Amino acid sequence: MSGAEKIAVIVTDIVPLNDLVTRFEFKPTDGSLLPTFSGGAHTVVEMHAGDITRLNPYSLMSDPMDQTAYTISVRRDDEGRGGSLFMHRNVKVGDKMTISYPVNLFSLDLRAKKHLFLAGGIGITPFLAQIKQLERFNGNWELHYACRSESLGSYVDELRDHHPNETHIYYDDQEQRIDLVNLLDGQPLGTHVYVCGPKGMIDWVRQTAEAEGWPREAIHYEEFLAPQPGKPFEVKLAISNKVIAVGENESLLEAMEREGVDAPYLCRGGACGQCETRVIDYTGNFIHRDHWLEDDEHASGEKIMPCVSRFEGKTLVLDR
Amino acid sequence: MTIQFNDETFRDDYSFYNSERAIKRFPFPFHEDSYMYSVNMEQHRGGPVDSVYEKRFDVDEHYVSEMKDRAMVLADDPLRCQSLPHMTLAGWDLLELIMVSKSEDYPDLFELHRDGNNWRWINKPLGIDDSFTFLDETTLPYGPMEYITRQAQGDFCVLDQRDDNLWMDAGMVTTQADWSLDFDIGMNFFEWHAPVPLAHEKGIFVRALKFLLNIQQGAPARRLNWTMTVNPLLDTSPENYHKWGIQKTTLTPENIGAKQHLRVELQTFFRLPRSNALVFPIRCYLCSFQDLMTAPKWGRRLHRVIRDLPEELATYKGFIDNRPMMLDYLSKFDDGLPTSPGIWPDLETEPALQK
Repeated sequence: MSGAEKIAVIVTDIVPLNDLVTRFEFKPTDGSLLPTFSGGAHTVVEMHAGDITRLNPYSLMSDPMDQTAYTISVRRDDEGRGGSLFMHRNVKVGDKMTISYPVNLFSLDLRAKKHLFLAGGIGITPFLAQIKQLERFNGNWELHYACRSESLGSYVDELRDHHPNETHIYYDDQEQRIDLVNLLDGQPLGTHVYVCGPKGMIDWVRQTAEAEGWPREAIHYEEFLAPQPGKPFEVKLAISNKVIAVGENESLLEAMEREGVDAPYLCRGGACGQCETRVIDYTGNFIHRDHWLEDDEHASGEKIMPCVSRFEGKTLVLDR
Repeated sequence: MTIQFNDETFRDDYSFYNSERAIKRFPFPFHEDSYMYSVNMEQHRGGPVDSVYEKRFDVDEHYVSEMKDRAMVLADDPLRCQSLPHMTLAGWDLLELIMVSKSEDYPDLFELHRDGNNWRWINKPLGIDDSFTFLDETTLPYGPMEYITRQAQGDFCVLDQRDDNLWMDAGMVTTQADWSLDFDIGMNFFEWHAPVPLAHEKGIFVRALKFLLNIQQGAPARRLNWTMTVNPLLDTSPENYHKWGIQKTTLTPENIGAKQHLRVELQTFFRLPRSNALVFPIRCYLCSFQDLMTAPKWGRRLHRVIRDLPEELATYKGFIDNRPMMLDYLSKFDDGLPTSPGIWPDLETEPALQK
């Protein structure tokens, strides 16, 4: 079986936070306790819309020690393939859904003397759980959180109220920017940096930290890519002996699952490496979108990450 | 099932013994008539009734005596148990995992009562009844990992996961096959496996690490490993090699059946929820050659495996000098008949020895 273990849940609360972001609360259908988890973990939410099944990862933002309920926050993506739109439009309190056990690809380095969190937009969610975890053990942390505007600043008030000394907010529309070079320069030895937000922000933090001489191991980042729509294409799966069609609004991984091919996965966002698949033959061009494979692997035409990457061309044969 | 705990020793007079039941459930590690390294992982979700696979943490007739032996090892050498400062949360994770598993799997032996963070733990075989505050170290006589692993058979390596690697950052290691926690503490997966021959070249460790990094909450895994030990010694550590190494020279054709033991490790792997660390329990089972020979299938197979094992492996496992004597003994139990696939003894279906 692919992916993490499943949990049957019921939607117990839906709270719109602002124009873009809505919070969902899940409790187990059978009244049992949920597993505890570590801050930074995500759950994969299954969404069934007619014939289409989507599995999207969302960071858990609730207290990791709270076993009664999990909460996630979903930002509506009007340009995407519809997962977030489904959550916003179709999911109602009382609905039964299936989510996965927590999986953590963005955990705290517990050796750190201090945790410096850099969040952009909806990238705040894993930090909310990590902050709750650290608060319980008197951990040393500081948050720098960039939002587009006051009205789109999810959880800003809560963070400022509870942690006025640790929380620093920056609004793009007020021309406020994180002064990263000075911020990094002032950190005590043993500080670890965590960044979650848009790709541009992650690249900026990683490059700046590297230029300032920070060790690679002290910089942690998480970016889940949502699969993007694209032109339909055909794939031959050599082991399953099937030719399948990948539609415009589904990923290669989803198309394989729809056809009953058991393909491994964890993050479904191009980050974890689980779904890495060997290419046996191809004529055409890959549209690689993951950040798991190295540049030379992308260029080699030997591997593809079916959760986010696509193909345009005549023939594609995969080792699945 | 009520377990009758043996009163036995793993040192000095070596009064250790396996009951008939223990022999039948011994985890014989060879599923075919030959052996080579592989990443022989499977899910750890139960197994045949009364097998060592059935429960999350197997408790058997050796439990009480093994815990006494562990206490003696720790009294002589406290460095067998170490936990780097960032691993305390993983220690609580492990304490919770073992207490919950044992109280659910062996309700007649262990009880766990929880009211928020106020916990009461009752361990009847060891006569322990402690109340403490979960996540508050000051309420336990030892750190959480040491507290619970003084009450659990097998060694425990608690591995931190970071930078796409695993790090030996905590452990309780008193029943090991010739490796040292004190030496390995803080090492990563490739560093602590550096001494193993052949497996690196075969890419075993790269694949094994990839598998382990992806073990998820709620989906534990397991495998078997094995070596050979003369006399039923739990503590075959480098620290004490001067005491046990010499015993390998005491084998004779007359005593080999009783003295030579097959040592099998049931290795399991669990993701720890609060810390995202990985715990790697290594449970040691010992069985004398003469007890193994009571299963005709195991007699035939053990002879063939030991006979055909590459020299590097027999050397690494420390029995190259004794291999000829072992083969003289084992060959008497190999009549050349075929063996059934799988590790189980198949006592009802396998033919008796034909010589």
